[in-house]
Order: sequence, then C-alpha cells, then structure tokens
Amino acid sequence: MYLREIKEILDAEVIVGQDRLDVDVTCAGVADLISDVLAYVTPGCLLITGLTNPQVVRTADVLDISAIILGRGKKFSSETVRLAEELNIPVLATDYILFEIVGRLYAKGIRGCIEKVGSK
Amino acid sequence: MVIGDDFDHAGEASRNIKTILKQINLPNDVIRKAALISYESEINIVSYARKGIIRLTILPDHILIEAVDEGQGIPDLELAMQPGWSTASQKVREMGFGAGMGLCNIKSFSDIFHISSEVDKGTHLKASIKLKGNTDD
Repeated sequence: MYLREIKEILDAEVIVGQDRLDVDVTCAGVADLISDVLAYVTPGCLLITGLTNPQVVRTADVLDISAIILGRGKKFSSETVRLAEELNIPVLATDYILFEIVGRLYAKGIRGCIEKVGSK
Repeated sequence: MVIGDDFDHAGEASRNIKTILKQINLPNDVIRKAALISYESEINIVSYARKGIIRLTILPDHILIEAVDEGQGIPDLELAMQPGWSTASQKVREMGFGAGMGLCNIKSFSDIFHISSEVDKGTHLKASIKLKGNTDD
C-alpha cells in the first residue's frame, strides 16, 4: 500500500516527505519504547508511535523504517522535523489513537512486521 | 567520541558506521545488525557513562564493534543482561529508552558477544558479526 493511501485512510497530515508518498509498505509495528522498536520492528516497515523526540527518527534511520506514523494528535518538535528532513524519513501525523490507526490499516491489508516475539 | 547525557547526537556513530559499511558493499543484514549494535551501545553510553568511543574494525571474515566507556560501570552483568532489567533515570525513560532491552538486543544481533565492566571505571563491550552466513534478506 502506498503512503498516499495510508495518508487518506488515517486522515493524516504529511509532516515530512511530501515527495515520497509513492513509497510502498506492507507491514507495520507499533511501539512507544525505543528499545522495543529496536528489538521488534523490521526494515521497510511503518513505525506507528506516539514518541516525538529526535531519537525516534534516529531509530527509524538505523532500522531503515519506511515511514513514521505519529498518532494521537502528537506533534514533532521543530528539531525532530529537521532531523527527519535531513535523514529523508517520511512522517505522517494523525489524530487517531494508535489502536484506531492499527485497526484501520489492518482492515486494509497491512500486517504486523512480526506476528509474535520469536517468530519471523 | 560519545559524550554522556548528549542525547542530541546519539545515533551519529551508528549512522557513520552504516555509511562506511554501505560503501564497502556488505550485505544489508550485516549493516543492519552493525547499526543496531552501535546505536544501542551509543544510547547506553549517553544514558549511563561520562564518555566513550564506538570503534569499528573490519576484518576479512567478520566485523567487530567495540564500545568502550568511562563511567559508573555495571556491578552485576548477569542481572544487566536480563531482558527488562534497567536502572535508567526518569529522563532516559521519558525519551523512550530504558526498557531494559539494550544489552539483550546487542547480544541477539551479535554472532560473538563479550562484555566486561568495572564499577566506577567503565564498561567494554565487544560484538562481532560474521560476514559468512549473514546474507541479504
């Protein structure tokens, strides 16, 4: 599914990456702890989070995450936005809570980056 | 050089490592593991130590990432290696770290992992990734 479609489904605002909405994603992971992102989110995934500090962007870069979906109406600081621009990581922001984001994307065919801990 | 409490620059060493490893065309899986190991190590230094370095050594059959810091050290390594065990400060937790997964993550992404630590001196972590058997996804 293209980021463009995800933007529509989540009624999201493109914070970074207006020119990258043709990125194609099939899987996603949700975490509000960076250590958990590092442990469980796989490359190419969407990262759905409520974290807003620059480290979430650094983490997305380290993991080659396709895009960050920032939920529950949270806002990135200008510093975090700048880093996402520098590292070229698309960021979409939505007012939906994380549960709703996940449910809406799952219903449209996006799946978890892993199903269970320990599985591939 | 990674400086304690400097969260703004944590991640730059792993970005440099990633860039170098991409330039020499190593498999993506190796690059990803190396980036994760160095990033977790940087976060550990920033969170707990006064200062430290991340060193990358590229050898014909493996790459070695070392994180050497000066700081409080780890009194009980066995405990520190347990998933979920953490002594992170409130500040560190507010940033989304301190889940007690750092060292476990580093170990799980390494083919050979070694850590030694001395209280009030510092910690020396060595993680190596084999180049054979780690292929592209």
